[in-house]
Amino acid sequence: MKRVQFSSPYLPYLFIAPQMAIIFVFFYWPSVQAIQSSFYLEDPFGFGSTFVGLSNYADALGSVQYQAIARFTVVFTVLVTFLSLGIGMLLAVKADAVLKGSSTYKTLLIWVYAIAPPVAGLMGMMFFDQHIGPLVKLAGFFGWDMKVGLNYNDTAIAMIIVSVWKQIPYNFIFILSGLQSIPVSVREAAAIDCRSGVRRFWTMTLPLLAPTAFFLLIINMTYSLFDTFGVIDVMVKDKAANNPITLVYKVYMDGFRGNDLGGSSAQSVILMIVVFVLTIFQFRFIERRVHYN
Amino acid sequence: MNRIRFFDHFVLMLGVFIMVAPVVVAFMTSTHDAVDIHRNGVFLSWGDHFTETYNTVLTRKGGFTGEITGTRMILNSLILGIGFAAGKIVLSMLAAYAIVYFRFKFGTLFFWMIFTTLLLPLEVRIVPSYEVMTKLGLTNTYTGLIVPLLASATGTFFFRQFFKSVPEELLEAARIDGAGPIKFFFDILVPLSRTMIAAIFIIMFVYGWNQYLWPTLMTTDERFFTLVRGIKQILLVWVGSNIPDYNEAFALAILAMLPPVMIVLIFQRWFIKGLTESDK
Repeated sequence: MKRVQFSSPYLPYLFIAPQMAIIFVFFYWPSVQAIQSSFYLEDPFGFGSTFVGLSNYADALGSVQYQAIARFTVVFTVLVTFLSLGIGMLLAVKADAVLKGSSTYKTLLIWVYAIAPPVAGLMGMMFFDQHIGPLVKLAGFFGWDMKVGLNYNDTAIAMIIVSVWKQIPYNFIFILSGLQSIPVSVREAAAIDCRSGVRRFWTMTLPLLAPTAFFLLIINMTYSLFDTFGVIDVMVKDKAANNPITLVYKVYMDGFRGNDLGGSSAQSVILMIVVFVLTIFQFRFIERRVHYN
Repeated sequence: MNRIRFFDHFVLMLGVFIMVAPVVVAFMTSTHDAVDIHRNGVFLSWGDHFTETYNTVLTRKGGFTGEITGTRMILNSLILGIGFAAGKIVLSMLAAYAIVYFRFKFGTLFFWMIFTTLLLPLEVRIVPSYEVMTKLGLTNTYTGLIVPLLASATGTFFFRQFFKSVPEELLEAARIDGAGPIKFFFDILVPLSRTMIAAIFIIMFVYGWNQYLWPTLMTTDERFFTLVRGIKQILLVWVGSNIPDYNEAFALAILAMLPPVMIVLIFQRWFIKGLTESDK
């Protein structure tokens, strides 16, 4: 808040009205509807609905299929998050270390950020293609007969590789900016105190990067949960049955293919709670970082 | 010391290779013809079918109804990207201005209501959002494609942060000079925010261009397909054909990534600035 402010009986409302209108129609209305219909069993053809209480939730959480997808989602999220964060950090630390040419590396490394997930998925399909895919040939060289699209684990690995590839630049940008904001005096002092570069990383750099890394942890988890939808949708080629999918994909499948609106909404609400918890973490952290500054 | 530097460069070059190679291979392969790719796999050399492939992809009427061309999809993607970015900037600047520069009843309440939208990505409320759109009759329209995507607060928070960092003296001086709120906004605040607006525009354009799930739900009419949304549809047509049009698939992927990638490369500094400062 500013000390000096305008006061006007109608202007602020006029300024904020467009944003509020759009939020009401396209955010609050559907969100409330999602919660509401999660308690109903809806007729797929729209001939009314019956109140069923929590049974949609019980059905979702109790189903073996849902649990399997939830397990895959957790594994997928953990792997994508840590791999893309780890590789992004490695590259950022190295780019920060080489002063000459670091901007060239920056240019070469960040642009993949701009590629849309389904486009990355399409590239993945081609590179893991049974017939022409160079990565399948590479795997074959090591005696691994990769069957992406047919074999559950192979498809999962391909999806993880594509998702990580797409996310590395994002982590790279943030960590590099974080590193370059560490004052020269601190770096010099650390260099005098500690000759080993590896130890310097663990005792000086990493603690200073902790706020950025934590922020990225949340962002990457959200990315793995939601933004990989495009990668998955393209790579399973509409054959979700024997392929790995994430929870968000199941919400979509049940809602639009299965016409199970109640069940899909209940799953949405479960995801909302997960995201909510994640976000609380994130905001508490951001508040803390404001203190640091 | 030199050995360490060499190792650093080695790791970085490996990283660059992993990030760049797939796209180079995709582009090179797209210049060969499908039979050749089917027989020999992907290529690292320039083929002689560049003009032919890209011409086909851009102008041939394809899809199930045979009404959509690549050019039309590019146009739709541009409409979505630019419309989304412009809408986001106008809406969020206005809202942030009200929040930061005015003391008014319900101001805090509005602030929190906007804030809440950060909690739920579109992906978790897709089914009800779709129902709302059907009720409003907005499916297969550009409005339906763009406007619901604007219902999140990322931009508002970005501008709020920026406005708060604008020195208070400016406002005091403006008021002494007799500037009202509207004059202050257009004559001082907007020009002052130029670089921020540019940074946000670039990020939001890339975000809009790359949208997939929402266009997939909103557009069943192929005339409204964006490039990113059309990719899977095209892929499905190919599945099952004897020799898939690998070259055209690669060409489409290249076309779909070209504008956002170019923008990020050209406006790199602004892009990174906007990205790291907005805490997206």
